Amino acid sequence: MAEVIVVTSGKGGVGKTTSSAALGTGLALKGYRTVVVDFDVGLRNLDLIMGCERRVVYDLVNVVKEEALLHQALIKDKRLENLFVLPASQTRDKDALDLAGVEKVIEELKTSFDYIICDSPAGIEKGAMMALYFADRAIVVTNPEVSSVRDSDRILGILASKSKRAEEKREPIREHLLVTRYSATRVERGDMLSLEDIEDLLAIPLLGVIPESQAVLRASNSGIPVTFDQESDAGQAYLDAIDRFLGHKVPMRFITTKKKGLLQRLFKSKAEETS
Amino acid sequence: MSLIDLLFRKNKPSSASTAKERLQIIISHERTRQSQPDLINQMQAEILSVIAKYLDIPSDKIQDQVKVDVERRGEHSVLELNITLPDSCT
Repeated sequence: MAEVIVVTSGKGGVGKTTSSAALGTGLALKGYRTVVVDFDVGLRNLDLIMGCERRVVYDLVNVVKEEALLHQALIKDKRLENLFVLPASQTRDKDALDLAGVEKVIEELKTSFDYIICDSPAGIEKGAMMALYFADRAIVVTNPEVSSVRDSDRILGILASKSKRAEEKREPIREHLLVTRYSATRVERGDMLSLEDIEDLLAIPLLGVIPESQAVLRASNSGIPVTFDQESDAGQAYLDAIDRFLGHKVPMRFITTKKKGLLQRLFKSKAEETS
Repeated sequence: MSLIDLLFRKNKPSSASTAKERLQIIISHERTRQSQPDLINQMQAEILSVIAKYLDIPSDKIQDQVKVDVERRGEHSVLELNITLPDSCT
């Protein structure tokens, strides 16, 4: 049975697209046929993060408006044969998408994919509503920072009241918390909200913690989702999150700092001071 | 944390705990506000029907003459009810 997953956050710049690409890649690596759909009409970026920007011919809006067939718009990943991208269009027309049209596309995707990941735009406008409306599960991406936590809470309220599942009074969307850009050093210093704080505030089950990592920018620079960089902390953290998403018990990693020797403690390293 | 920091550690709350406290307050406030619209609308409708039973206010004007609001003042929520009686009643 195909599942529709929305990756959402309310606030912009917290890592929705990075996470959509990384999680989509992770599910495909596990052998599931996966498509990542960019709902950010007007500001598409998933294609860049996934490294297929030069192969975009048709997009989601073309398919919704029946100007192209679904298989013409789907872009197959160069590295994984069971991973696909459905890009957003660059049109500035705000009403390019409508619920009925999006539903038709999602129903068609459900016939040939295991997981349909909807990469939501920021905000709580129409695009974000479309991305979450048909979801079975939601991954709420949150930074350990006040505005992101508050916006995530708003989004949780919307998931519980404005989604198709809510309107039809069916079983609610399964919510998962994904904390990104986490810095254990800063948490221990008392400068950053801790994991426990965020879990307390939002009260939804934790799917994973992605540490602040140089690997993320490197991955987006080269258009290779960070999950492929399995040496990196962020890549491993996303793979752990995927395992938990699939129902496996995996302990959280990268949430404490390494214990340092006396000399290191006496002389703070330069890297730490700037972090 | 360096040795100097450890020796002269200030005893003030960390910025993270301030952030958590602020979020706890604003999030619980916003959650109650989100769940209220229905309650307020229902209450307004019922109050309107009671008023219509006793006062002769044209149904198209009743919305303007009866106002129900909930406002938060510090620790308390205040329910405000404003009824403008038609001239015929006074």
